[in-house]
Amino acid sequence: MEKRVFKCHKISEGVAEAEVLISKDDIMFYLIDPETGTVIEPAHDLEGKSMAQKILVFPSGKGSSVVQADGLYQLMQKGNAPKAMIIQHPETVLVSSAIIMEIPMVDKVDPEFYEVVKSGDRVRVDADNGVVEIL
Amino acid sequence: MILTQEQQDMLDGKYGEGTAIAMKIQVAIGESFDAKRMVPITRAHVALSNQEADLWFAEKLLNAGAKCRVAPTVNPGFCHSYFTERDMVAPEFADLMQRTHDAYKGLGAVLSYNCTPYIDTNVPQYGEVIAFSESSATPYVNSVWGARSNREGANSALCAAITGFVPEYGLLFDENRHGDILVEVQADMKTDYDYHILGMLGKKIGNGIPVFTGLPKHISKEAHRNLGAQLNTSGAYAMYHILGVTPEAPTLEVAFGGKEPKRKVVITNEDMEAILKEISLEGNREIDFAMFGCPHFTLEEVRFIAERVEGKKLKKEMWILTSSHVKEMAVRMGLDEIISEAGGQIVPDTCPDQPCWRHLNGKIGITESPKCAYYPQRRGIHFVIRDLETCINAALTGEVK
Repeated sequence: MEKRVFKCHKISEGVAEAEVLISKDDIMFYLIDPETGTVIEPAHDLEGKSMAQKILVFPSGKGSSVVQADGLYQLMQKGNAPKAMIIQHPETVLVSSAIIMEIPMVDKVDPEFYEVVKSGDRVRVDADNGVVEIL
Repeated sequence: MILTQEQQDMLDGKYGEGTAIAMKIQVAIGESFDAKRMVPITRAHVALSNQEADLWFAEKLLNAGAKCRVAPTVNPGFCHSYFTERDMVAPEFADLMQRTHDAYKGLGAVLSYNCTPYIDTNVPQYGEVIAFSESSATPYVNSVWGARSNREGANSALCAAITGFVPEYGLLFDENRHGDILVEVQADMKTDYDYHILGMLGKKIGNGIPVFTGLPKHISKEAHRNLGAQLNTSGAYAMYHILGVTPEAPTLEVAFGGKEPKRKVVITNEDMEAILKEISLEGNREIDFAMFGCPHFTLEEVRFIAERVEGKKLKKEMWILTSSHVKEMAVRMGLDEIISEAGGQIVPDTCPDQPCWRHLNGKIGITESPKCAYYPQRRGIHFVIRDLETCINAALTGEVK
């Protein structure tokens, strides 16, 4: 029986449940169309895919804080921001954007999670209790 | 985290709601990084952007009564007077800039409107604990000056300026400042522009703190600026080392803290050519304008341009973005007159990723800065990226090979 519940570490508080979208590339929220949540960055792993209302799984952020904050803000205004984020390398710009925009975010997820999870899986992130569950 | 009584009082609202909001955010950040305590800062730089999220946050804090204990310098929005006088910006965006100005003035910021504080407007000493945001600033203050700052966001830096503290984690500790990636640069590094291109190789360099070898002994402030700016466009880097050049890398042993690098990367001329191809529009075309100063150009760079356009007439618009200090010096020295005679414009206090450039929407520009080319994509402005001399020639002839 595959393990479905994984420990993690809270970065930004909150709980969310949604479909997972996995990116191999770091994410910069500016080169995303706020009207649809679709990534418009050329050559990006998620180019053409929408992150709206998803649980976004990705390594880390890139780009300036200006663009991370504004990108997320614009997405939130349109209701197309991710519902939660699961990351591998926390860095202050990304972390502070999630905290200020009040989007749940966790890191240090049990490595087995990454072997099991697939894009399209339904996942519950409970940052407050440090748990990620594949439903 | 263990807070001092003063910090706890801030969190509890004894210093007002604005300070409490700022402290709450900083405590959450600190706990993300398992910080044990908060420490005081002596300087801050806030990468304000005159964009909605930024203004929303600044006004939220201002309206809650926040004031900066440590007055931060700030990034450029756009020069309100310059662009409104020439009717280059829509009224709603002129208002936005005015609101940004008023909000940061109200918070007590130093209205420097310059993205290169590490060169002249807010220079730290070795070991100083500070809170610097802005892509080109964090790496510069850590790597070149040996000050200590985490890779703050504009928002977290503003919180730090308000409370006067930062959580103690990351680059504030000696052991976290060591390099862990050895980057051997075999590519030819002859001009400041080459450092722009090197910085764009973040994907190849990967996550961590790079230690560059194979670079020249003398590296200009412009080159360091360019490297830091692009490392943070192609990735997220708060610090780098250059063997024998930067203060915490006299030897490889010291730079790596006595440990083996976790990764070794070689950068070749082919890597440099390949990344340029990926980020630049193809050449061999007419261009509509040239834009320089992302990050802000120095007085030396203004002089370099003046020398090449003196007595000539530019075929296309040329925009040179600088701090107000550099603009003023250029005016006093006659450089501004030389450039405007040729048809170019030095504009202070302004960033390329701003709504004052609406007339460039759909147009093709040329620039030496990949960052200048990268973010304005979202505003429908696209660029060919070439070294500075080629860019100046393109503005003179109207086309790039």
